[in-house]
Amino acid sequence: MRDSGANGTPRIGVFVCHCGTNIAGIVDVKAVAEYAAGLPGVVVSREYKYMCSDPGQELIQRDIRDHRLDRIIVASCSPLLHEHTFREATAQGGLNPYFLQMVNLRENVSWVNDERGPATEKSKDLVRAAVYRVAHHKALQQRTVPITASVLVVGGGIAGIHAALTLANAGKKVYLVEREPTIGGHMAMFDKTFPTLDCAACILTPKMSAVKNHPNITLWTYSEVVGVDGFVGNFKIKVKQKPRYIKEDLCVGCLECIAACIHKEARFPDGFNQGLSKRKPIYIPFPQATPQLVLFDPEACIQLKSGRCRQSCAEACDRKAIDFRQIAEFEDIEVGSIILATGFQAFDASRLPYYGYGRYPNVYTALEVERLVNASGPTGGEVVLRDGRKPTAVGIIHCVGSRDEKTNGWCSRVCCMYSLKLAHLVREHTDATIYNFYIDMRTPGKGYEEFYDKLLTEGVHFIRGRVAEVTDWSRSPEEAGKLVVRVEDTLVGTVRRIPLDMVILAVGLEPRADSQEVRRLFNISCSTEGFFLERHPKLAPVNTFTDGIFIAGACQGPRDIPDAVAQAGAAAAEALALIDAGHVELEPNTAFIVEVECSGCKSCIPLCPYSAITFLADKKKAAINEALCKGCGTCVAACPSGSIRQNLFEDDEIFSEIEGLFARDAVVA
Amino acid sequence: MSAHTQVGAVPAAVGTWEPRIVAFFCNWCTYTAADLAGVSRMKHAPNVRIIRVMCSGRVDPQFVLEAFAKGADGVLIGGCHLGDCHYVEGNYKAIRRVQMLRRILRGMGIQDDRFRLEWISASEGEKVKRVINDMVDKLRALGPLGLPRRFQEWDRELAPLEQAVEAEAKEASAHAG
Repeated sequence: MRDSGANGTPRIGVFVCHCGTNIAGIVDVKAVAEYAAGLPGVVVSREYKYMCSDPGQELIQRDIRDHRLDRIIVASCSPLLHEHTFREATAQGGLNPYFLQMVNLRENVSWVNDERGPATEKSKDLVRAAVYRVAHHKALQQRTVPITASVLVVGGGIAGIHAALTLANAGKKVYLVEREPTIGGHMAMFDKTFPTLDCAACILTPKMSAVKNHPNITLWTYSEVVGVDGFVGNFKIKVKQKPRYIKEDLCVGCLECIAACIHKEARFPDGFNQGLSKRKPIYIPFPQATPQLVLFDPEACIQLKSGRCRQSCAEACDRKAIDFRQIAEFEDIEVGSIILATGFQAFDASRLPYYGYGRYPNVYTALEVERLVNASGPTGGEVVLRDGRKPTAVGIIHCVGSRDEKTNGWCSRVCCMYSLKLAHLVREHTDATIYNFYIDMRTPGKGYEEFYDKLLTEGVHFIRGRVAEVTDWSRSPEEAGKLVVRVEDTLVGTVRRIPLDMVILAVGLEPRADSQEVRRLFNISCSTEGFFLERHPKLAPVNTFTDGIFIAGACQGPRDIPDAVAQAGAAAAEALALIDAGHVELEPNTAFIVEVECSGCKSCIPLCPYSAITFLADKKKAAINEALCKGCGTCVAACPSGSIRQNLFEDDEIFSEIEGLFARDAVVA
Repeated sequence: MSAHTQVGAVPAAVGTWEPRIVAFFCNWCTYTAADLAGVSRMKHAPNVRIIRVMCSGRVDPQFVLEAFAKGADGVLIGGCHLGDCHYVEGNYKAIRRVQMLRRILRGMGIQDDRFRLEWISASEGEKVKRVINDMVDKLRALGPLGLPRRFQEWDRELAPLEQAVEAEAKEASAHAG
């Protein structure tokens, strides 16, 4: 067993935290502290109400001075929460911060147990293990590495746009990567925004062109991140630019090529208009698309499919911008930090057959109606049925794919408000009778409840009940040729049949279909429903468990535009704080080789996923490059001669922890 | 495996006996999930003592053997789901070590249910609870492993034999001398 690094026997201080009643309510903290006092090497053992408070931290510092402590144990909450706090406190007391060991009495004991006896015994075991372990701790230094002063923003919706602009305005280099041919995201598809009813495009498009024209922003649309390497401060990113079959620097967006296309009729579904209108194989997603570039749909273009087209588009382009031989290009960049703002996808309403989406032509999703209401939409802002008639009765069904154990359990947060908005807009456009079928009306937000009140006075009908089905089976003459909504009106206590011309499904927000692949690419976590997982739900809502990667907007969970923008600003500020420091401090938990003990067997070398281990041919020894080591410890576990050690997780430390767990009988309490 | 080679099911002290489990949890997934179980107040059996490591790939087979030798009735390793390792592939290294360890443990007569490897992501607090409760149930059925006492018994049984061998060796060397 190696020397502990201290002079002679360690002098350990144990500090047991009550955490108010969070720990002390279940664990007999007094008994734990008294027990710890009798453990080998323990000089001081105390309990205190809140160790993380200023007086709690001062207690540690005073005891370090008064009792010449050289090892500190804080038995409180998870080290993932407060290890940093207590390392700081230890350092303030004049001790190397890595002489601290935390014991997780809250998340691992008091919050998961409800019996005082076993919880207290478990606490004693864990404290004893820490006492055995901490004796082997060594003084370590934090590693600092320089940080690249640039940021990658993934996703060009409102969150990504806002984050990119904030960072660029602060003078930082930003790469904004968007998968679609234009930035704008879902917000660009909306007509008005609740509750103020400002026009979505009017407030969004200036920000879109600001992104396009900002000298600090490199905008790559129709592009995807395909490779992520490195770590906080020094990420290496590979971006794939999909071929538009247009030379971007030559195209001016004159749209002559679209007019000249051999397809005289537009006959391919227009994704931006939710398939409600048709476009040609060469198209621009929508009038304000940013950048203003056309692109080809390789599935539709005759030249790209068969190579046998007259290429009338190319003839029409006087700038010779069309290039059918274009292939995907790859860019390699280095960034210090990453913000993911990849957004959501709308719930697929055809998953609920009883609402008839896809079966009855006049059942629409909310996003489709957004396009119908919009002046640049497929009908030029006319809310009409598929056959061109104006509806006289319209129903909006809330919670489609939300708050439903058959599909998604969560509340999508925005649907109540956008349903109210659509009720107002459709009524304004058609003068139809509007029904809202809701479970609960959820309107928390500035001006939101007031908006609901306004709708109530506008004469919109509200029926509380989850709709059972939408059917075209009429039972009376007034139902003939109509869609009938069957619903229990729970406030009246009767089942009603309501004949309508148009049904709008307020579809919920879901994680994107490829969120798992994206999460793996960036090495972050998802919560169970598939939205990206934040580091802490309250105190680190835009951080992830991977340092240097932040999340903003609806990729983290359903949220409305103000919240997405606020979160994007927060993520930008976090990224800024990180890169403005100029360097990052890394945990010193790297592995190192004790050269005299290395036999040169090379078994560690293929194990390292970061190629951090090399073989020194002249010495016949392995060597670890500390800058490349990420501190997983796999090589340490594999070394047959035990000559690889991992700082903070040395064999001695873990063996002692195991020994301490079972030393119950050996210790006289 | 024949019954007489099974270690465990020591009848004594069963009344007050509670299984003790040492759990090696990866910092990035299972340890975080255990924290989540705490934050969500998911009550589970108090029999587990968690040791945090940075990766399931850090779990040296000797840690597992040491835990059993010191008195654990079960050992649990929690890592990231395959493909999700924070360090690319540490969990695959863990699988290989676990396979090897299983053979060693079987050879020592330690039942499979006493040693478990689970993939638990940071969001699966519920799974932490389920796995721990399930493992405690299985260990209750198996009874104590009691390796430290076994070692003592074996030492006691071996002591006279060792003395005899030593005496013989001494005699032989005396003759040779």
